[in-house]
Amino acid sequence: MRQALAALLLALAAAPAAAQVAPFVVTGDAVSAPLDGLAGDAGRGARIVRNRETANCLICHTIPDPRETFMGEVGPPLAGVALRLTPGQMRLRLIDPTRINREAVMPAYHRIADLLRVDPRWQGRPVLTAQEIEDVVAYLATLRE
Amino acid sequence: MRHLVVLAATLMLGATASAGEVRAPASFLSPDLRALQDDPSRHPGWLWVDGGEALWREAPRSGRPSCEGCHGPIDGMRGVAARYPAVASDGALLNLEARIERCRTDNQQAPAFGYESEALLSLTAAIALRSRGLPVAVETEGAAAQHLAAGKRFYETRQGQLNLSCGQCHDENVGRRLRGDVISSGVGTGFPAYRLEWNTLGSLHRRLRACSLGVRATQLPYGAYDYVALELYLAARARGLPVESPGIRR
Ligand code: HEC
Ligand code: HEC
Ligand code: HEC
Repeated sequence: MRQALAALLLALAAAPAAAQVAPFVVTGDAVSAPLDGLAGDAGRGARIVRNRETANCLICHTIPDPRETFMGEVGPPLAGVALRLTPGQMRLRLIDPTRINREAVMPAYHRIADLLRVDPRWQGRPVLTAQEIEDVVAYLATLRE
Repeated sequence: MRHLVVLAATLMLGATASAGEVRAPASFLSPDLRALQDDPSRHPGWLWVDGGEALWREAPRSGRPSCEGCHGPIDGMRGVAARYPAVASDGALLNLEARIERCRTDNQQAPAFGYESEALLSLTAAIALRSRGLPVAVETEGAAAQHLAAGKRFYETRQGQLNLSCGQCHDENVGRRLRGDVISSGVGTGFPAYRLEWNTLGSLHRRLRACSLGVRATQLPYGAYDYVALELYLAARARGLPVESPGIRR
């Protein structure tokens, strides 16, 4: 009884963490279906991309916004990215760029497996939720020039 | 001071080093910070140097000799910091801080200063200053070889929620901007360093903890073996570059 209860509690505790990473199917270099079938919101995505605590995209990328200063240049400029990539291609690059290039420098934003020495505060959690990934994809899709 | 920081960032040159070349940290500093680093009369780190020189001469309450009592004037420490981390006679890999702590506890029979204490930072800075300008010359063979290999492994391993290895920033992206910073070769030759962001002097391990946190990896405790081995590997990468401690950093 004790053991069964403990096992149940463990399972309950583990469930939300596993559920934090949405299942996805890779076709070529893209994930064409939105994660969990969610619709993205470009306005929210724009805020996520600028957030210095969470996504922190701007430590490595520039976006076409003259109000932003001290943007990074480790990754390519995101201006015009919608002309280069489909939403499905953007989605896979956000979920886990090492699926395209093992040496990728860009962090995997929706992955928890096979990471080493993750700080306890972030263990078992992806950087961005499925909804946030969809919001960022929606925002990137607006960068057409 | 705030203005200085902004100015420093604006003046910084975005020169990208060719892959594999490890450059001295001073070469990434803005002209202002570089001038400050070279000017003891304005460099805030000299407060710690002065404190360290006083501690060097001070006898502990245990009745045992002062550092000077055994070692003579602190100028005799010339070249020592350039050789650390080093393997001690009992086989342990010690960085300069740990070496000082050993003398404190074993030779002075006094309570350890503690990592990141003002006293240990001061003594470390005062001793490191005696190697300023001398080339880094750590031993990497013999007993040091296994520690070097451990440090190299740590350096090359992707880690943290952001899944980045040290080299993905400090080798592959040297000279590029990461937000307001220009990524340097990531060597420890300027530490302990006075960091404007800290508003105080800090050890190399404090800086390493910041980089660990930057990739959302576990911050190892000060003095942890993995950081000391990493420190040895960083020093091996920096071999021949001049010791800059105490450095000035953004
Ligand atoms: C640590 C630096 C870093 C961070 C942080 C980062 N990226 Fe990237 N990004 C890169 C690099 C480098 C590339 C080029 C591919 C590679 O090497 O990973 C890239 C590629 C991309 C691409 C493909 C661009 C193209 O033209 O092919 C997109 C889109 C992108 N990033 C968006 C983002 C977004 C959105 C965020 C924040 C959620 C982000 N990146 C955070 C470094 C980063
Ligand atoms: C009782 C004598 C004694 C006292 C007091 C003492 N030391 Fe030492 N120290 C030694 C000896 C002996 C060694 C060499 C140990 C060895 O090689 O294993 C040493 C080694 C060192 C080294 C490494 C030198 C090298 O060439 O690698 C440093 C640095 C050092 N001591 C700093 C200090 C400081 C700082 C103090 C004061 C807090 C201090 N010592 C107090 C005896 C002393
Ligand atoms: C996301 C990129 C990134 C990663 C990964 C990273 N660092 Fe850093 N590191 C920086 C930035 C930015 C600075 C501050 C600017 C500079 O001096 O390079 C810095 C500074 C340093 C410094 C201080 C250099 C100086 O002279 O002030 C050292 C040493 C260092 N890093 C070592 C490491 C080690 C070791 C690792 C791996 C555990 C690591 N870094 C991982 C970005 C990174």
